[in-house]
Amino acid sequence: MLHELESEKLGPHGPAVTQAISSCVHCGFCLPTCPTYQLLGEEENSPRGRIFLMKEVLEGELKPADIADSIDKCLGCAACMTACPSGVNYDQLLTGYRHLKHARTRTWLQRVRDFMVHSTLPYAERFRWAIRMGRLFKPFARLVPATIRPMLELLPDRLPAKAEWPSLTKVEGRRRGRVVLLTGCAQDVLAPRITKAAISVLVRNGVEVVIPPGQGCCGALSWHAGRASVAAKMASDLLQRIPQDVDAVLTTTAGCGSTLKEYSHVTTGTPAHQQGIWLEQHVKDVCEYLDELGLTQPAGLPRLMRVAYHDACHLLHAQKVGQAPRRLLGKIKNLQLVELPSAGSCCGSAGSYNIEQPGLAEVLGRDKSREILRTEVHAVATGNIGCMVQLQRHLRESSNNPPPVWHTIEVLERAYRPRSLTEMDSGAQMSPTVS
Amino acid sequence: MPLNSPTIAGAEFLAKLRELYPPERVLTKRGQLAAYESDGLTVFQSRPMAVVVPNDIEEISATLKLCQTYGVPYVPRGSGTSLSGGCVPHAEGIVIALNRMNRILQVDPLQCTAVVEPGVINLEISKAASHYGLYYAPDPSSQIVCTIGGNLAFNAGGAHCLKYGMTSNHVLGAKVVLPDGEIVMLGDASLEHVGPDLMGMFVGSEGLFGIAVEITVRLLPKPAAFHTVLVGYAGMKAAGDAVAQIVASGLLPGALEIMDSLSMEAATRAVGVEYPVGAKAVLIVELDGTTETVEIEKLQLQRLLEASAATATLVAANAEQRAKIWKGRKSAFSAVGLISPDFLVQDCVVPRTKLGQVLEEIEQLSLESGLRVANVFHAGDGNLHPLILFDGREPGALERAEALSAKIIRLCIQHGGSITGEHGVGMEKREFMPDLFGNSDVEFMRQLRRALDPQEVSNRGKMFPDMEAPSLRLVGLHPLESQGIASRM
Repeated sequence: MLHELESEKLGPHGPAVTQAISSCVHCGFCLPTCPTYQLLGEEENSPRGRIFLMKEVLEGELKPADIADSIDKCLGCAACMTACPSGVNYDQLLTGYRHLKHARTRTWLQRVRDFMVHSTLPYAERFRWAIRMGRLFKPFARLVPATIRPMLELLPDRLPAKAEWPSLTKVEGRRRGRVVLLTGCAQDVLAPRITKAAISVLVRNGVEVVIPPGQGCCGALSWHAGRASVAAKMASDLLQRIPQDVDAVLTTTAGCGSTLKEYSHVTTGTPAHQQGIWLEQHVKDVCEYLDELGLTQPAGLPRLMRVAYHDACHLLHAQKVGQAPRRLLGKIKNLQLVELPSAGSCCGSAGSYNIEQPGLAEVLGRDKSREILRTEVHAVATGNIGCMVQLQRHLRESSNNPPPVWHTIEVLERAYRPRSLTEMDSGAQMSPTVS
Repeated sequence: MPLNSPTIAGAEFLAKLRELYPPERVLTKRGQLAAYESDGLTVFQSRPMAVVVPNDIEEISATLKLCQTYGVPYVPRGSGTSLSGGCVPHAEGIVIALNRMNRILQVDPLQCTAVVEPGVINLEISKAASHYGLYYAPDPSSQIVCTIGGNLAFNAGGAHCLKYGMTSNHVLGAKVVLPDGEIVMLGDASLEHVGPDLMGMFVGSEGLFGIAVEITVRLLPKPAAFHTVLVGYAGMKAAGDAVAQIVASGLLPGALEIMDSLSMEAATRAVGVEYPVGAKAVLIVELDGTTETVEIEKLQLQRLLEASAATATLVAANAEQRAKIWKGRKSAFSAVGLISPDFLVQDCVVPRTKLGQVLEEIEQLSLESGLRVANVFHAGDGNLHPLILFDGREPGALERAEALSAKIIRLCIQHGGSITGEHGVGMEKREFMPDLFGNSDVEFMRQLRRALDPQEVSNRGKMFPDMEAPSLRLVGLHPLESQGIASRM
């Protein structure tokens, strides 16, 4: 698309932003894949529309406030990037735009909410404390303003015990690899069982696991919200703790993975830039790594189990990791992989989207969970804690007997357990409708 | 008058619109309107006064009545993929976005028909009919996104229209809201009906005769077998000649497409298709039909290809390989964005027998102008799509590209061709209408239009050469335009 932007004047984000706008040919192939366009049918809520609008703001034709609503409604799911034949890097454009023109039209309550999200979620201790506090208010959710309410509604009823991780887990027998495993921030509070499963599966397959103590947030949430300096600070802190004598750095969270794979960007202009480049080259999703390495141990379930795989957008669209988790699941004996008709389409979790745009997130979550229920699966596997929370909540609302939502690595871990299926998960019931 | 500051009459009109629609379906904010400025051809940009998003026929009818009363021009819009500026808004008019009118109302597997609303995406019809072993045949390259309403307005073609025909051959009837708001039925569900072919008149009228709101389309049985071949040639002329030979032999493939080396390069980069090494042009031939027919035609095709100057022949071994070949072909237009910052896509037709010659002449024009031209097109029916590549940041590059584009159109007319195969006239080719039709024909078309829409509110400013154009950001005649060398596109 023709534009009048001068890359140099846009700072470090200039090249990525202008490149994305130049390469868009306005063909519209992205429209049918965009969840907000599907729901609203409006050009300004489509990727093509948003690219055009961002261009207009950057050129000075429109004010940031004119398009704030369209930009805020974007899930950042990057499904448009998978569909785009012209290779537009929408993700970088959106992040760059948010950094450059972060003037949002916010009510004070929205600002309070954003402050609450960004000052708790990325910090494990604060987040744990916030959940406990929030739970006290949960019974009064109806009395709380609508802007804040979704935060309370998403709070879990129970919080698992705080996990302590071994800094090194060695393998028995031949060592096939040595990796750093990132434990994540919010995930470590909500579902430490994912990290536990990852350690178990990795070690079983001959991979030594290093877990650096004191890891903080990788900065993904801040990065995607346009808070570049906060993200850079978090990235630098994390990088200081990661030893480089490993084959790879693994994450079990798709949202973190996509930002970690952009660390050379995130750390631009900071002393941690070189380390950022190193990390970007070494970071992998846990499924991606295991798929490349190959499983040495056969995994199997005691009886047939139908599992739907839900693509986390930041795994499929942002990292292009779609086949690896499916191949791993496909290797499990007695596991029947079920493809969802809307595979590749967002569940509405999208980072903190379900807090910021509860209306749209609600529809997406409900539609996705109903589709899952129609497939009558025993369980759902996915690769991101955000999707897990969103799906669990909506499955529970749509069914009295919802299938459990597991991380892909948890399914693998279960397939390695020598116990019978019924003992496999005390907290999650199986759907009785399917044999 | 500055854009988007409605006059007193305009303000009254807007107030009436707001009575018709709930607030969330009347868009008037700058940030909302800007998104509707252009379609697939971004050189034309014009911001409308408002955008409405109707849910049903009654709302559309009431909207058109309002437009008629206040003399406000309107343009219906589907996915905005027009490549001729067909749904560029009028600055003093409104856009009627049909994207919520996207219901498939009926699929009749016995009659082999479907009734759909205009905002339904082309490919969705085939998906809905797939269950019955049926599909909707016209397949424009943008079929994953373009809407049936737009297909109807521009009589969309596609790779397989060589054998199966254009949209006009597949639309049986439509409920139409005429420009004065009256709701009428054109055609019906049968293949033959009594009286004048009003449906035929409506298809391809580029939104000038109103809005089709319920469209009855034909469905065909899905071919049982496909045989898709990718054939390499040392040059475009050899590939073009092969096409003429194949069709002259009496063999009628489902599709006959040509891509040149630039489009191959783009498609390879975009979707990873591999083409025969060293080929300067590839021909895609697809046979389809019953298994028996395809088996026989396969041998016939093989003989024809052996007699041609083919350098390599790759046969798709399975459905996956076939899909890959088509993905490369169908994304080529957008994929050119990977090899050039900007480009213009042209759409013109030449007699099939002249293909080789015209392609050589286009190459010559490309060399003379110093601009690269990529070619990817429906060779079987002589429908060319030269893509003129340029860098908009270079001063004068756009103007040179436009000049080259105009030369190519005139070249096609000289060879007995037409100014458009499937993209339509829209904004882009208004100036060429008299070259093709002569003034009396154009005048007759205009009389017909005024018979239905005396105030010319329906898609005002399109198709007719001297009409008042929607306001453009690039105002005034360009020097090349005033000399008659270039047209605004």
